Amino acid sequence: MNLAYYPGCTLKNQGLGFETSALAAAQALDIEMKELDRWNCCGTVFSLADEDLMHYLAPMRNFVRVQEEGFDKVVTLCSMCYNTMKRTEQIVKDDPEKLKTINEFMYREEDYRGEVKLFHLLELFRDEIGYEEIKKRVIRPLRGLKVAPYYGCMLTRPKEIGIDDWEEPRIMEDLLSAIDAEVVKDPLRGECCGAYHTVNAKELVTERTRMIVSSAKKRGADCIMLSCPLCEFNLDLRQRDTAKEYTDFVGIPVVYFTQLLALALGLTEDVCRFDLHYIDPYPVLVEKNIIEEGEEVHGKKA
Amino acid sequence: MEKKPKTKMISVFVMGKEHKVPQGLTIMKAMEHAGYRFLRGAGCRAGFCGACGTVYRLKGDYKLHFDLACQTAAEDGMALTQLPFVPANKATYHVRLIKKEGNPILKYYPEVARCVSCNTCTKACPQELEVMDYVQAALKNDIEKAATLSFDCIQCGMCALRCPAEIVQYHVGQLVRRVHGKFVNKSKQLNKRVNEVNKGKFDTDINELMTLKHAKIKDKYSDRDIEALH
Repeated sequence: MNLAYYPGCTLKNQGLGFETSALAAAQALDIEMKELDRWNCCGTVFSLADEDLMHYLAPMRNFVRVQEEGFDKVVTLCSMCYNTMKRTEQIVKDDPEKLKTINEFMYREEDYRGEVKLFHLLELFRDEIGYEEIKKRVIRPLRGLKVAPYYGCMLTRPKEIGIDDWEEPRIMEDLLSAIDAEVVKDPLRGECCGAYHTVNAKELVTERTRMIVSSAKKRGADCIMLSCPLCEFNLDLRQRDTAKEYTDFVGIPVVYFTQLLALALGLTEDVCRFDLHYIDPYPVLVEKNIIEEGEEVHGKKA
Repeated sequence: MEKKPKTKMISVFVMGKEHKVPQGLTIMKAMEHAGYRFLRGAGCRAGFCGACGTVYRLKGDYKLHFDLACQTAAEDGMALTQLPFVPANKATYHVRLIKKEGNPILKYYPEVARCVSCNTCTKACPQELEVMDYVQAALKNDIEKAATLSFDCIQCGMCALRCPAEIVQYHVGQLVRRVHGKFVNKSKQLNKRVNEVNKGKFDTDINELMTLKHAKIKDKYSDRDIEALH
């Protein structure tokens, strides 16, 4: 499968482990993803104003880059990038007038023809590789590890662009079953983490983190699995602030789906990069006999 | 007696007022011909210093154009404005204290994250740099790419004036190149030269220069060796 890969800025900054684990896991599953030579920020937040064409420029320009490099399919990992770009993909497909206006504004670029299709990596695992195939490739089954998938807002909403059912998604649950982990169903998996309020209303996010993390923990989860670097920041690092606020709060690790997949595919931990999380996932992975105690990874002993 | 060929005159509009100037002058010389004197907004007059950023429109063209006044020929019907100074926000930092961890660019210029990729900065660049691409590279912490793409910046500031997200691209580029010099591509020659300076290798020459008369210094300047361009 000939695919362009759009990483997004956060994967090159705070979300390093998300990228390294994803690329290694994709390679192990024979998915060829070529990072675009030129790309810009996705636009981050999709504009909710109808005629706010200026804010579609960033995602549109990325589609032009995909087109320039001769691809018609592009894959991304970050939920936020996926959401912003997918909604723009739809808008210019549905409204040729908007496409024309934006193309005219970007007169220095070649015209975007509206033919690029954006995928989320989870969709590729489900639709192109298939869970049966993934199951066959598992070298280190995550048996006994109880994982609560967390979707947040961006993967399944609005339903027109969601990668799965917006009320009852199972795409992450199915992936977890394929790598032999135990799924913990949590009713708060589609709640908002508080998103950018983390910048100027930290206490709001701290409160949501307490609610979401405690709910998963109460249902027996050893860790939370997600696909969004911003949710990761809020649910993982904000546990520090939650613990200050609520002395009885006990947190659990928060990891990316690609990290667990890479681990299950037998990939070494220098691509999994569990060391980059605030709440250390190693103790629980050792306790469940998935990683051997004493294995040294990035200067940390598991 | 042979009659001298008559110079063709063209009309330029300086801040809205029409002036007749000979054809073939640069914008800067055309304005001087019209009686303007540059106290600011003129420097090397050779396209290097970036002091003479200019904005103009051409007759019948809706687009704004950006260039250096010393490098662009005046054309008939041009509407001209000089920009002697750009009131840009400049972060204060100590290069020695900048840390590699995290994204140092976002720390000093957080507004970089406001870029909507409209590419207006690139269109405004008289050096024809891919300005938006280097701002985007800085945003994703690709210091090497940002430094390379912004290398030929002459700090005219036109990008910052046009940016709808109020980013100061040219100062961001400068910071990026400093970070690059500090962490990515440490210059061995620079350390060598600093050592030489500290050991007094050039003291005799400098002291001699300081005692020279004005005219002698001028001679020395015009007789200097000019390094060949690669």
